[in-house]
Amino acid sequence: MKDGMDKAPEVILYSLSTCGHCKSTKRLLGACSVEYRFTDVDLLDQEERVLILEELRALNPRCSFPTIVINDKVIVGYREEEIREALGL
Amino acid sequence: MSMDLEKLHDMLRKTQEPKGYFFSKDKSRVMELLEGLVKNKERYGYMACPCRLASGNREKDRDILCPCIYREPDVAEFGSCYCNLYVSKDWNEGKIPEVYVPERRPVEKMF
Repeated sequence: MKDGMDKAPEVILYSLSTCGHCKSTKRLLGACSVEYRFTDVDLLDQEERVLILEELRALNPRCSFPTIVINDKVIVGYREEEIREALGL
Repeated sequence: MSMDLEKLHDMLRKTQEPKGYFFSKDKSRVMELLEGLVKNKERYGYMACPCRLASGNREKDRDILCPCIYREPDVAEFGSCYCNLYVSKDWNEGKIPEVYVPERRPVEKMF
């Protein structure tokens, strides 16, 4: 880890259960032994979807998947380099 | 299940390749995406793009029925569709850089 990153990063993932880029993102986070919370939005009921999409839209106006939040940084899409960098790896 | 996926793979390959759209050379990714397509067919009754949030309303999701209407401009501009399912010959042969294809679908379509 880089200097100043003594605490484990907070990682939140907005994903779809069917999406290839989302699966790649989960595999990467798993391979890096990163703890993360994820929501497969396609598996939610309508009411929950509306709420989480509102939340997602504030982070990523395009509402696309995967959207990864690492501490305060928002990464849209499976961008391996950016994800690793934000994780301090 | 895997048998059906192989069949779907071969059927789509035969219809799409003559149009200039090739499955990505990464076969495991392709099969993963085809599995998503089959899943969406089971859930919604139509093969919505596995990389996008389908509404469950076929009319509303008309633009993201695979192959989606964005495939043509995405393959033309980037060499790959949004999912990396369909790509150009050049993409598969490594003649163009593999960039991450940005979402082209207007967000309004989701709401």
